[in-house]
Amino acid sequence: MSDRKPFRWHIVVFLAPAVLVYTAIMIIPLFATLNLSLFTTVDRVSQFNGLGNFRTLFGDPRWSASFWNALGNNTWFFIVHMLVQNPIGILLAAILSNPRLRGAAFYRTAIFIPTILSFVVVGFVWKLMLSPIWGVAPDLLNAVGLKSLFAPWLGKEEYALTTLALISVWQFVGIPMMLIYAALLSIPDEVIEAAEMDGITGASQFWKIKLPLILPSIGIISILTFVGNFNAFDLIYSAQGALAGPNFATDILGTFLYRTFFGFQLQLGDQNMGAAIATAMFFIILIGVCIYLFAIQTRLRRYQF
Amino acid sequence: MSVSRHSPARSVAAHAVLLTYTLIALFPVFVIVINAFKSRKAIFAHPLALPNAETLDWVGFKTVLKQGDFFQYFLNSMTVTVGSLFFVLLFGAMAAFALSEYRFKGNTMVGLYLALGIMIPIRLGTVAILQLMVASGLVNTLTSLVLVYTAQGLPLAVFILSEFMRQVSDDLKNAGRIDGLSEYRIFFRLVLPLVRPAMATVAVFTMIPIWNDLWFPLILAPAESTKTITLGSQVFIGQFVTDWNAVLAALSLAILPVLVLYLIFSRQLIRGITAGAVK
Repeated sequence: MSDRKPFRWHIVVFLAPAVLVYTAIMIIPLFATLNLSLFTTVDRVSQFNGLGNFRTLFGDPRWSASFWNALGNNTWFFIVHMLVQNPIGILLAAILSNPRLRGAAFYRTAIFIPTILSFVVVGFVWKLMLSPIWGVAPDLLNAVGLKSLFAPWLGKEEYALTTLALISVWQFVGIPMMLIYAALLSIPDEVIEAAEMDGITGASQFWKIKLPLILPSIGIISILTFVGNFNAFDLIYSAQGALAGPNFATDILGTFLYRTFFGFQLQLGDQNMGAAIATAMFFIILIGVCIYLFAIQTRLRRYQF
Repeated sequence: MSVSRHSPARSVAAHAVLLTYTLIALFPVFVIVINAFKSRKAIFAHPLALPNAETLDWVGFKTVLKQGDFFQYFLNSMTVTVGSLFFVLLFGAMAAFALSEYRFKGNTMVGLYLALGIMIPIRLGTVAILQLMVASGLVNTLTSLVLVYTAQGLPLAVFILSEFMRQVSDDLKNAGRIDGLSEYRIFFRLVLPLVRPAMATVAVFTMIPIWNDLWFPLILAPAESTKTITLGSQVFIGQFVTDWNAVLAALSLAILPVLVLYLIFSRQLIRGITAGAVK
Protein backbone atom coordinates (compact mmCIF):
# COMPACT_ATOMS: atom_id res chain seq x y z
CA MET A 1 0.00 0.00 0.00
CA SER A 2 2.80 2.38 0.82
CA ASP A 3 4.20 1.77 -2.67
CA ARG A 4 1.13 3.20 -4.29
CA LYS A 5 0.47 6.11 -2.00
CA PRO A 6 2.87 8.67 -0.60
CA PHE A 7 2.78 9.08 3.17
CA ARG A 8 -0.17 11.27 4.00
CA TRP A 9 1.45 13.95 6.10
CA HIS A 10 -1.75 15.95 6.37
CA ILE A 11 -3.25 13.30 8.67
CA VAL A 12 -0.36 13.80 11.06
CA VAL A 13 -0.70 17.58 10.82
CA PHE A 14 -4.42 17.40 11.57
CA LEU A 15 -4.02 15.05 14.53
CA ALA A 16 -0.78 16.32 16.07
CA PRO A 17 -1.92 19.44 17.97
CA ALA A 18 -4.83 17.74 19.72
CA VAL A 19 -2.92 14.56 20.52
CA LEU A 20 0.14 16.48 21.76
CA VAL A 21 -1.72 18.88 24.07
CA TYR A 22 -3.95 16.09 25.37
CA THR A 23 -1.02 13.77 25.98
CA ALA A 24 1.24 16.38 27.56
CA ILE A 25 -1.30 18.04 29.86
CA MET A 26 -3.69 15.22 30.62
CA ILE A 27 -2.37 11.70 30.08
CA ILE A 28 1.25 12.14 31.19
CA PRO A 29 0.32 14.05 34.39
CA LEU A 30 -2.31 11.43 35.14
CA PHE A 31 0.24 8.64 34.99
CA ALA A 32 2.88 10.80 36.69
CA THR A 33 0.40 11.24 39.56
CA LEU A 34 -0.18 7.49 39.76
CA ASN A 35 3.59 7.09 39.81
CA LEU A 36 4.12 9.77 42.47
CA SER A 37 1.85 7.86 44.80
CA LEU A 38 4.54 5.16 44.99
CA PHE A 39 7.17 7.57 46.34
CA THR A 40 7.68 9.37 49.58
CA THR A 41 9.66 12.50 50.39
CA VAL A 42 12.20 12.25 53.20
CA ASP A 43 14.27 15.38 53.86
CA ARG A 44 13.26 16.78 50.50
CA VAL A 45 14.55 13.74 48.70
CA SER A 46 12.12 11.55 46.86
CA GLN A 47 12.38 7.87 47.71
CA PHE A 48 10.64 4.85 46.31
CA ASN A 49 8.15 3.63 48.85
CA GLY A 50 6.24 0.93 47.01
CA LEU A 51 2.71 0.68 48.29
CA GLY A 52 3.71 2.33 51.57
CA ASN A 53 1.53 5.38 51.01
CA PHE A 54 -1.47 3.17 50.51
CA ARG A 55 -0.61 1.21 53.63
CA THR A 56 -0.63 4.53 55.49
CA LEU A 57 -3.83 5.63 53.81
CA PHE A 58 -5.72 2.45 54.65
CA GLY A 59 -3.80 1.25 57.70
CA ASP A 60 -2.88 4.31 59.78
CA PRO A 61 -5.99 5.03 61.86
CA ARG A 62 -5.69 8.82 61.43
CA TRP A 63 -5.58 8.57 57.65
CA SER A 64 -7.95 5.68 57.16
CA ALA A 65 -10.64 7.27 59.35
CA SER A 66 -10.57 10.38 57.15
CA PHE A 67 -10.47 8.34 53.96
CA TRP A 68 -13.41 6.09 54.83
CA ASN A 69 -15.34 9.09 56.13
CA ALA A 70 -14.77 10.91 52.82
CA LEU A 71 -15.61 7.82 50.77
CA GLY A 72 -18.75 7.14 52.81
CA ASN A 73 -19.89 10.76 52.49
CA ASN A 74 -19.15 10.68 48.78
CA THR A 75 -21.20 7.51 48.39
CA TRP A 76 -24.15 9.10 50.20
CA PHE A 77 -23.73 12.21 48.01
CA PHE A 78 -24.00 9.94 44.95
CA ILE A 79 -27.00 8.00 46.33
CA VAL A 80 -28.93 11.24 46.94
CA HIS A 81 -28.25 12.26 43.33
CA MET A 82 -29.43 8.92 41.99
CA LEU A 83 -32.57 8.87 44.15
CA VAL A 84 -33.59 12.51 43.78
CA GLN A 85 -31.93 14.16 40.80
CA ASN A 86 -32.46 11.47 38.19
CA PRO A 87 -36.12 10.62 38.97
CA ILE A 88 -37.02 14.34 39.00
CA GLY A 89 -35.15 14.80 35.74
CA ILE A 90 -36.99 11.88 34.16
CA LEU A 91 -40.37 13.12 35.43
CA LEU A 92 -39.79 16.63 34.07
CA ALA A 93 -38.57 15.25 30.73
CA ALA A 94 -41.59 12.94 30.44
CA ILE A 95 -43.94 15.88 30.95
CA LEU A 96 -41.97 18.18 28.63
CA SER A 97 -41.87 15.67 25.80
CA ASN A 98 -45.65 15.72 25.38
CA PRO A 99 -45.99 17.30 21.91
CA ARG A 100 -49.17 19.15 22.88
CA LEU A 101 -47.62 20.91 25.87
CA ARG A 102 -47.51 24.67 25.49
CA GLY A 103 -44.50 26.67 26.64
CA ALA A 104 -42.11 23.69 26.67
CA ALA A 105 -39.25 25.90 25.45
CA PHE A 106 -39.80 28.32 28.33
CA TYR A 107 -39.78 25.61 30.98
CA ARG A 108 -36.73 23.94 29.45
CA THR A 109 -34.76 27.19 29.43
CA ALA A 110 -35.80 28.19 32.95
CA ILE A 111 -35.17 24.83 34.62
CA PHE A 112 -31.69 24.66 33.06
CA ILE A 113 -30.61 28.06 34.46
CA PRO A 114 -29.11 26.77 37.77
CA THR A 115 -26.87 24.40 35.79
CA ILE A 116 -25.03 27.27 34.11
CA LEU A 117 -24.21 29.04 37.38
CA SER A 118 -20.83 28.49 38.99
CA PHE A 119 -20.51 26.39 42.16
CA VAL A 120 -19.27 29.46 43.97
CA VAL A 121 -22.49 31.32 43.20
CA VAL A 122 -24.67 28.31 43.98
CA GLY A 123 -22.84 27.60 47.24
CA PHE A 124 -23.17 31.15 48.54
CA VAL A 125 -26.71 31.69 47.25
CA TRP A 126 -27.90 28.68 49.25
CA LYS A 127 -25.81 29.57 52.23
CA LEU A 128 -27.65 32.90 52.34
CA MET A 129 -31.05 31.37 51.59
CA LEU A 130 -30.71 28.84 54.42
CA SER A 131 -29.09 31.27 56.83
CA PRO A 132 -30.92 31.51 60.14
CA ILE A 133 -29.83 35.16 60.35
CA TRP A 134 -31.53 36.22 57.16
CA GLY A 135 -34.65 34.21 57.58
CA VAL A 136 -35.80 33.57 54.03
CA ALA A 137 -36.13 29.85 54.67
CA PRO A 138 -37.82 30.16 58.10
CA ASP A 139 -40.20 32.81 56.70
CA LEU A 140 -41.19 30.55 53.83
CA LEU A 141 -41.73 27.59 56.14
CA ASN A 142 -43.73 29.84 58.43
CA ALA A 143 -45.99 30.81 55.54
CA VAL A 144 -47.00 27.16 55.11
CA GLY A 145 -47.15 26.55 58.84
CA LEU A 146 -44.05 24.38 59.10
CA LYS A 147 -41.75 26.73 60.93
CA SER A 148 -40.93 24.13 63.55
CA LEU A 149 -39.14 22.10 60.87
CA PHE A 150 -36.50 24.77 60.36
CA ALA A 151 -32.97 24.05 61.51
CA PRO A 152 -29.63 25.55 60.50
CA TRP A 153 -29.23 22.66 58.09
CA LEU A 154 -25.76 23.52 56.81
CA GLY A 155 -24.43 23.81 60.35
CA LYS A 156 -25.70 20.51 61.75
CA GLU A 157 -23.58 17.42 61.34
CA GLU A 158 -26.54 15.16 60.68
CA TYR A 159 -28.11 17.34 57.97
CA ALA A 160 -25.25 19.20 56.30
CA LEU A 161 -24.19 16.57 53.78
CA THR A 162 -27.72 15.77 52.64
CA THR A 163 -28.47 19.48 52.35
CA LEU A 164 -25.42 20.01 50.16
CA ALA A 165 -26.33 17.00 48.04
CA LEU A 166 -29.81 18.44 47.53
CA ILE A 167 -28.30 21.82 46.58
CA SER A 168 -26.19 20.02 44.01
CA VAL A 169 -29.31 18.22 42.79
CA TRP A 170 -31.03 21.60 42.47
CA GLN A 171 -28.14 22.81 40.34
CA PHE A 172 -27.82 19.81 38.02
CA VAL A 173 -31.33 18.47 37.52
CA GLY A 174 -31.27 20.15 34.09
CA ILE A 175 -28.75 17.65 32.71
CA PRO A 176 -30.75 14.40 33.16
CA MET A 177 -33.84 16.33 32.13
CA MET A 178 -32.29 17.37 28.82
CA LEU A 179 -30.72 13.99 28.02
CA ILE A 180 -33.92 12.06 28.76
CA TYR A 181 -35.95 14.67 26.91
CA ALA A 182 -33.77 14.12 23.84
CA ALA A 183 -34.11 10.35 24.15
CA LEU A 184 -37.90 10.58 24.47
CA LEU A 185 -38.12 12.81 21.39
CA SER A 186 -36.15 10.29 19.35
CA ILE A 187 -38.77 7.54 19.88
CA PRO A 188 -40.51 7.25 16.52
CA ASP A 189 -44.18 8.21 16.28
CA GLU A 190 -45.08 4.80 14.83
CA VAL A 191 -44.12 3.08 18.09
CA ILE A 192 -46.30 5.44 20.10
CA GLU A 193 -49.17 5.11 17.62
CA ALA A 194 -48.95 1.32 17.72
CA ALA A 195 -49.15 1.46 21.51
CA GLU A 196 -52.20 3.68 21.32
CA MET A 197 -53.87 1.32 18.89
CA ASP A 198 -53.46 -1.35 21.56
CA GLY A 199 -55.01 0.98 24.11
CA ILE A 200 -51.81 1.72 26.02
CA THR A 201 -51.84 5.42 26.90
CA GLY A 202 -50.83 7.83 29.63
CA ALA A 203 -48.80 6.52 32.53
CA SER A 204 -48.88 2.90 31.47
CA GLN A 205 -47.57 3.96 28.06
CA PHE A 206 -44.65 5.61 29.83
CA TRP A 207 -43.85 2.59 32.01
CA LYS A 208 -44.37 -0.10 29.40
CA ILE A 209 -43.23 1.52 26.14
CA LYS A 210 -41.10 4.58 26.70
CA LEU A 211 -39.12 3.65 29.80
CA PRO A 212 -37.61 0.47 28.30
CA LEU A 213 -36.63 2.48 25.23
CA ILE A 214 -34.80 5.17 27.22
CA LEU A 215 -32.93 2.78 29.54
CA PRO A 216 -29.61 3.30 27.67
CA SER A 217 -29.90 7.05 28.32
CA ILE A 218 -30.61 6.41 31.99
CA GLY A 219 -27.44 4.30 32.03
CA ILE A 220 -25.42 7.17 30.55
CA ILE A 221 -26.86 9.60 33.10
CA SER A 222 -25.98 7.26 35.95
CA ILE A 223 -22.35 6.98 34.91
CA LEU A 224 -22.09 10.75 34.29
CA THR A 225 -23.52 11.34 37.76
CA PHE A 226 -21.07 8.84 39.24
CA VAL A 227 -17.98 10.41 37.63
CA GLY A 228 -19.19 13.92 38.45
CA ASN A 229 -19.92 13.11 42.10
CA PHE A 230 -16.69 11.25 42.85
CA ASN A 231 -14.77 14.16 41.36
CA ALA A 232 -16.78 16.91 43.09
CA PHE A 233 -15.05 19.58 45.13
CA ASP A 234 -16.16 23.11 44.27
CA LEU A 235 -19.59 23.18 45.92
CA ILE A 236 -18.37 21.83 49.26
CA TYR A 237 -15.33 24.11 49.18
CA SER A 238 -17.42 27.22 48.49
CA ALA A 239 -20.15 26.45 50.99
CA GLN A 240 -18.17 24.84 53.83
CA GLY A 241 -14.51 25.65 53.16
CA ALA A 242 -11.58 23.26 52.82
CA LEU A 243 -12.28 21.77 56.25
CA ALA A 244 -15.66 20.54 55.01
CA GLY A 245 -17.36 21.33 58.28
CA PRO A 246 -19.13 20.86 60.59
CA ASN A 247 -16.54 18.42 61.97
CA PHE A 248 -15.76 16.93 58.51
CA ALA A 249 -19.39 15.87 58.12
CA THR A 250 -19.37 17.06 54.49
CA ASP A 251 -15.85 15.92 53.62
CA ILE A 252 -15.75 14.14 50.27
CA LEU A 253 -12.81 12.74 48.31
CA GLY A 254 -12.23 16.01 46.40
CA THR A 255 -11.92 18.15 49.55
CA PHE A 256 -9.84 15.42 51.26
CA LEU A 257 -7.44 15.44 48.28
CA TYR A 258 -7.22 19.23 48.35
CA ARG A 259 -6.46 19.35 52.09
CA THR A 260 -3.88 16.59 51.89
CA PHE A 261 -2.12 18.03 48.86
CA PHE A 262 -2.02 21.66 50.01
CA GLY A 263 -2.15 21.24 53.76
CA PHE A 264 -4.43 23.08 56.13
CA GLN A 265 -3.97 24.78 59.45
CA LEU A 266 -0.98 23.03 61.05
CA GLN A 267 -0.66 20.10 58.72
CA LEU A 268 1.79 20.57 55.85
CA GLY A 269 0.81 19.65 52.35
CA ASP A 270 2.03 16.26 51.20
CA GLN A 271 2.10 15.72 47.48
CA ASN A 272 2.82 12.00 47.68
CA MET A 273 -0.14 11.32 49.95
CA GLY A 274 -2.17 13.64 47.72
CA ALA A 275 -1.15 11.55 44.75
CA ALA A 276 -2.12 8.40 46.66
CA ILE A 277 -5.62 9.78 47.24
CA ALA A 278 -5.89 10.85 43.60
CA THR A 279 -4.86 7.31 42.64
CA ALA A 280 -7.54 5.84 44.89
CA MET A 281 -10.08 8.18 43.26
CA PHE A 282 -8.81 7.13 39.83
CA PHE A 283 -9.43 3.47 40.60
CA ILE A 284 -12.84 4.16 42.13
CA ILE A 285 -13.90 6.02 38.99
CA LEU A 286 -12.29 3.39 36.77
CA ILE A 287 -14.19 0.60 38.53
CA GLY A 288 -17.43 2.55 38.12
CA VAL A 289 -16.80 3.15 34.43
CA CYS A 290 -15.86 -0.51 33.87
CA ILE A 291 -19.00 -1.74 35.65
CA TYR A 292 -21.00 0.55 33.40
CA LEU A 293 -19.22 -0.43 30.17
CA PHE A 294 -19.07 -4.18 30.72
CA ALA A 295 -21.91 -5.06 33.06
CA ILE A 296 -24.61 -2.51 32.32
CA GLN A 297 -24.16 -1.17 28.83
CA THR A 298 -23.75 -4.54 27.15
CA ARG A 299 -26.90 -5.90 28.83
CA LEU A 300 -29.09 -2.97 27.89
CA ARG A 301 -30.80 -3.76 24.67
CA ARG A 302 -30.53 -0.98 22.15
CA TYR A 303 -33.41 -0.58 19.78
CA GLN A 304 -32.61 0.49 16.27
CA PHE A 305 -35.34 2.40 14.53
CA MET B 1 -58.08 7.00 23.29
CA SER B 2 -57.06 10.54 22.53
CA VAL B 3 -59.45 11.68 25.25
CA SER B 4 -57.19 10.41 27.98
CA ARG B 5 -54.10 11.91 26.36
CA HIS B 6 -55.49 15.39 25.86
CA SER B 7 -57.76 15.80 28.82
CA PRO B 8 -57.60 19.28 30.42
CA ALA B 9 -57.01 17.82 33.86
CA ARG B 10 -53.80 16.13 32.71
CA SER B 11 -52.64 19.29 31.04
CA VAL B 12 -53.28 21.37 34.18
CA ALA B 13 -51.40 18.81 36.27
CA ALA B 14 -48.47 18.92 33.82
CA HIS B 15 -48.28 22.70 33.99
CA ALA B 16 -48.60 22.62 37.76
CA VAL B 17 -45.58 20.30 38.10
CA LEU B 18 -43.49 22.28 35.63
CA LEU B 19 -44.39 25.64 37.15
CA THR B 20 -43.57 24.40 40.64
CA TYR B 21 -40.19 23.19 39.53
CA THR B 22 -39.50 26.37 37.56
CA LEU B 23 -40.23 28.34 40.73
CA ILE B 24 -37.85 26.15 42.74
CA ALA B 25 -35.16 26.64 40.09
CA LEU B 26 -35.49 30.40 39.76
CA PHE B 27 -36.58 31.56 43.22
CA PRO B 28 -33.15 31.60 44.95
CA VAL B 29 -31.57 33.48 42.04
CA PHE B 30 -34.45 35.95 42.05
CA VAL B 31 -34.17 36.58 45.81
CA ILE B 32 -30.43 37.24 45.57
CA VAL B 33 -30.72 39.64 42.65
CA ILE B 34 -33.59 41.74 44.08
CA ASN B 35 -31.89 42.06 47.46
CA ALA B 36 -28.65 43.24 45.90
CA PHE B 37 -30.41 46.52 45.11
CA LYS B 38 -31.77 47.12 48.61
CA SER B 39 -30.50 48.85 51.71
CA ARG B 40 -29.17 46.74 54.55
CA LYS B 41 -32.23 47.43 56.67
CA ALA B 42 -34.62 46.41 53.90
CA ILE B 43 -32.69 43.23 53.16
CA PHE B 44 -33.39 41.97 56.66
CA ALA B 45 -36.83 43.51 57.21
CA HIS B 46 -38.48 42.36 53.97
CA PRO B 47 -36.22 39.90 52.14
CA LEU B 48 -38.91 38.94 49.63
CA ALA B 49 -40.05 42.47 48.70
CA LEU B 50 -38.99 44.08 45.46
CA PRO B 51 -36.78 47.13 45.83
CA ASN B 52 -38.77 50.39 45.73
CA ALA B 53 -37.82 54.08 45.76
CA GLU B 54 -37.40 53.98 49.51
CA THR B 55 -35.31 50.84 49.83
CA LEU B 56 -33.25 51.14 46.63
CA ASP B 57 -29.57 51.29 47.50
CA TRP B 58 -26.47 50.78 45.35
CA VAL B 59 -24.03 50.60 48.24
CA GLY B 60 -23.26 46.92 47.66
CA PHE B 61 -22.23 47.45 44.06
CA LYS B 62 -20.14 50.47 45.06
CA THR B 63 -18.24 48.39 47.63
CA VAL B 64 -17.64 45.62 45.12
CA LEU B 65 -16.36 47.95 42.44
CA LYS B 66 -14.16 49.83 44.90
CA GLN B 67 -12.69 46.83 46.74
CA GLY B 68 -12.26 43.96 44.40
CA ASP B 69 -10.47 44.38 41.11
CA PHE B 70 -13.44 42.82 39.36
CA PHE B 71 -12.73 44.37 36.01
CA GLN B 72 -9.31 42.67 35.97
CA TYR B 73 -10.83 39.34 37.09
CA PHE B 74 -13.42 39.62 34.37
CA LEU B 75 -10.74 40.28 31.74
CA ASN B 76 -8.73 37.29 33.00
CA SER B 77 -11.77 35.03 32.77
CA MET B 78 -12.50 36.30 29.27
CA THR B 79 -8.90 35.75 28.14
CA VAL B 80 -8.77 32.23 29.56
CA THR B 81 -12.19 31.23 28.24
CA VAL B 82 -11.77 32.68 24.75
CA GLY B 83 -8.19 31.40 24.46
CA SER B 84 -9.08 27.86 25.52
CA LEU B 85 -12.17 27.89 23.34
CA PHE B 86 -10.14 28.88 20.30
CA PHE B 87 -7.65 26.03 20.76
CA VAL B 88 -10.30 23.46 21.67
CA LEU B 89 -12.31 24.30 18.56
CA LEU B 90 -9.33 24.52 16.18
CA PHE B 91 -7.42 21.45 17.41
CA GLY B 92 -10.62 19.53 18.09
CA ALA B 93 -12.01 20.16 14.62
CA MET B 94 -8.70 19.23 12.97
CA ALA B 95 -8.47 15.96 14.87
CA ALA B 96 -12.15 15.22 14.30
CA PHE B 97 -11.66 15.79 10.56
CA ALA B 98 -8.68 13.43 10.43
CA LEU B 99 -10.59 10.74 12.33
CA SER B 100 -13.82 10.99 10.34
CA GLU B 101 -12.36 11.62 6.87
CA TYR B 102 -9.36 9.33 6.44
CA ARG B 103 -8.92 5.63 6.84
CA PHE B 104 -5.53 4.89 8.30
CA LYS B 105 -3.91 2.39 10.61
CA GLY B 106 -4.70 3.20 14.22
CA ASN B 107 -7.70 5.38 13.47
CA THR B 108 -9.88 3.59 16.03
CA MET B 109 -7.05 3.53 18.55
CA VAL B 110 -6.48 7.29 18.35
CA GLY B 111 -10.24 7.82 18.64
CA LEU B 112 -10.48 5.67 21.75
CA TYR B 113 -7.35 7.25 23.23
CA LEU B 114 -8.88 10.70 22.90
CA ALA B 115 -12.28 9.49 24.18
CA LEU B 116 -10.66 8.26 27.42
CA GLY B 117 -10.62 11.85 28.64
CA ILE B 118 -14.42 12.07 28.53
CA MET B 119 -14.69 9.58 31.39
CA ILE B 120 -11.52 10.19 33.40
CA PRO B 121 -11.47 13.69 34.91
CA ILE B 122 -8.30 15.74 34.33
CA ARG B 123 -8.36 16.82 37.99
CA LEU B 124 -6.92 13.50 39.09
CA GLY B 125 -3.63 14.54 37.48
CA THR B 126 -3.50 17.83 39.38
CA VAL B 127 -0.47 16.93 41.52
CA ALA B 128 1.69 16.29 38.44
CA ILE B 129 0.14 19.15 36.46
CA LEU B 130 1.22 21.56 39.19
CA GLN B 131 4.75 20.09 39.13
CA LEU B 132 4.81 20.47 35.35
CA MET B 133 3.71 24.08 35.55
CA VAL B 134 6.23 24.85 38.30
CA ALA B 135 9.00 23.24 36.23
CA SER B 136 8.09 25.24 33.13
CA GLY B 137 7.62 28.48 35.06
CA LEU B 138 3.97 28.77 34.10
CA VAL B 139 2.51 28.98 37.61
CA ASN B 140 0.39 32.10 38.06
CA THR B 141 0.07 32.70 34.35
CA LEU B 142 -3.10 32.57 32.32
CA THR B 143 -1.22 30.36 29.83
CA SER B 144 -1.23 27.47 32.32
CA LEU B 145 -5.01 27.69 32.60
CA VAL B 146 -5.47 27.88 28.83
CA LEU B 147 -3.32 24.75 28.40
CA VAL B 148 -5.20 22.78 31.04
CA TYR B 149 -8.63 23.77 29.75
CA THR B 150 -7.63 23.00 26.17
CA ALA B 151 -6.64 19.48 27.22
CA GLN B 152 -9.83 19.18 29.29
CA GLY B 153 -12.13 20.30 26.48
CA LEU B 154 -10.57 18.35 23.60
CA PRO B 155 -11.98 14.83 24.21
CA LEU B 156 -15.64 15.84 24.12
CA ALA B 157 -15.05 18.30 21.26
CA VAL B 158 -13.40 15.65 19.09
CA PHE B 159 -16.17 13.18 19.89
CA ILE B 160 -19.06 15.53 19.04
CA LEU B 161 -17.40 17.16 16.01
CA SER B 162 -16.45 13.88 14.36
CA GLU B 163 -20.11 12.78 14.59
CA PHE B 164 -21.08 15.91 12.70
CA MET B 165 -18.23 15.75 10.18
CA ARG B 166 -19.32 12.27 9.07
CA GLN B 167 -22.49 13.90 7.77
CA VAL B 168 -20.68 16.32 5.42
CA SER B 169 -21.24 15.11 1.87
CA ASP B 170 -18.36 13.22 0.25
CA ASP B 171 -19.28 14.55 -3.18
CA LEU B 172 -18.50 18.07 -2.10
CA LYS B 173 -15.07 17.11 -0.76
CA ASN B 174 -14.29 15.03 -3.83
CA ALA B 175 -15.35 17.88 -6.10
CA GLY B 176 -12.90 20.05 -4.20
CA ARG B 177 -10.14 17.47 -4.69
CA ILE B 178 -10.82 17.29 -8.44
CA ASP B 179 -10.54 21.08 -8.56
CA GLY B 180 -7.08 20.67 -7.08
CA LEU B 181 -7.73 21.92 -3.54
CA SER B 182 -5.26 20.66 -0.98
CA GLU B 183 -6.56 18.67 2.01
CA TYR B 184 -5.94 21.71 4.22
CA ARG B 185 -8.06 23.94 1.99
CA ILE B 186 -10.81 21.34 1.89
CA PHE B 187 -10.85 21.37 5.68
CA PHE B 188 -10.67 25.12 6.20
CA ARG B 189 -12.72 26.30 3.20
CA LEU B 190 -15.31 23.56 2.69
CA VAL B 191 -15.80 21.53 5.85
CA LEU B 192 -15.35 24.09 8.63
CA PRO B 193 -18.05 26.48 7.37
CA LEU B 194 -20.47 23.56 7.05
CA VAL B 195 -20.04 22.38 10.64
CA ARG B 196 -20.34 25.87 12.10
CA PRO B 197 -23.56 25.04 14.02
CA ALA B 198 -21.85 22.06 15.65
CA MET B 199 -18.87 24.27 16.52
CA ALA B 200 -21.21 26.71 18.27
CA THR B 201 -22.67 23.84 20.28
CA VAL B 202 -19.25 22.58 21.33
CA ALA B 203 -18.29 26.16 22.18
CA VAL B 204 -21.17 26.57 24.62
CA PHE B 205 -20.48 23.15 26.19
CA THR B 206 -16.80 23.89 26.61
CA MET B 207 -17.29 27.43 27.83
CA ILE B 208 -19.53 26.87 30.87
CA PRO B 209 -17.24 24.55 32.88
CA ILE B 210 -14.19 26.71 32.06
CA TRP B 211 -15.83 29.95 33.14
CA ASN B 212 -17.17 28.36 36.33
CA ASP B 213 -14.11 26.34 37.34
CA LEU B 214 -12.67 27.00 40.78
CA TRP B 215 -10.17 24.13 41.15
CA PHE B 216 -7.49 25.03 38.61
CA PRO B 217 -7.50 28.82 39.16
CA LEU B 218 -7.17 28.11 42.89
CA ILE B 219 -4.22 25.78 42.37
CA LEU B 220 -2.42 27.03 39.27
CA ALA B 221 -3.06 30.78 39.20
CA PRO B 222 -4.15 32.21 42.56
CA ALA B 223 -2.12 35.44 42.19
CA GLU B 224 -4.00 38.72 42.32
CA SER B 225 -3.17 39.58 38.71
CA THR B 226 -4.32 36.22 37.32
CA LYS B 227 -7.45 35.56 39.39
CA THR B 228 -10.48 34.59 37.36
CA ILE B 229 -13.89 36.01 38.18
CA THR B 230 -14.98 32.74 39.82
CA LEU B 231 -11.97 32.64 42.14
CA GLY B 232 -12.13 36.42 42.61
CA SER B 233 -15.73 36.35 43.78
CA GLN B 234 -15.03 33.32 45.99
CA VAL B 235 -12.22 35.17 47.77
CA PHE B 236 -14.11 38.47 47.88
CA ILE B 237 -17.24 36.91 49.37
CA GLY B 238 -15.12 35.05 51.91
CA GLN B 239 -13.61 38.33 53.09
CA PHE B 240 -16.82 40.36 53.09
CA VAL B 241 -18.97 37.66 54.61
CA THR B 242 -20.67 40.03 57.04
CA ASP B 243 -21.23 42.83 54.51
CA TRP B 244 -24.49 41.54 53.09
CA ASN B 245 -24.88 44.32 50.56
CA ALA B 246 -21.47 43.59 49.08
CA VAL B 247 -21.97 39.81 49.06
CA LEU B 248 -25.36 40.06 47.36
CA ALA B 249 -24.00 42.54 44.82
CA ALA B 250 -20.97 40.35 44.07
CA LEU B 251 -23.24 37.32 43.55
CA SER B 252 -25.51 39.31 41.22
CA LEU B 253 -22.52 40.52 39.24
CA ALA B 254 -21.36 36.93 38.88
CA ILE B 255 -24.81 35.69 37.83
CA LEU B 256 -25.91 38.33 35.35
CA PRO B 257 -23.26 38.04 32.57
CA VAL B 258 -23.61 34.24 32.47
CA LEU B 259 -27.38 34.54 32.46
CA VAL B 260 -27.36 36.97 29.51
CA LEU B 261 -24.96 34.76 27.54
CA TYR B 262 -27.09 31.71 28.31
CA LEU B 263 -30.30 33.36 27.14
CA ILE B 264 -28.57 34.31 23.88
CA PHE B 265 -27.11 30.85 23.26
CA SER B 266 -29.67 28.59 24.95
CA ARG B 267 -31.12 27.37 21.67
CA GLN B 268 -27.68 26.24 20.49
CA LEU B 269 -26.98 24.55 23.80
CA ILE B 270 -30.26 22.67 23.86
CA ARG B 271 -29.92 21.64 20.24
CA GLY B 272 -26.45 20.36 21.01
CA ILE B 273 -27.53 18.29 23.99
CA THR B 274 -30.41 16.78 22.08
CA ALA B 275 -28.31 16.07 18.97
CA GLY B 276 -25.50 14.55 21.02
CA ALA B 277 -27.79 12.32 23.03
CA VAL B 278 -29.69 10.91 20.05
CA LYS B 279 -26.49 9.50 18.60
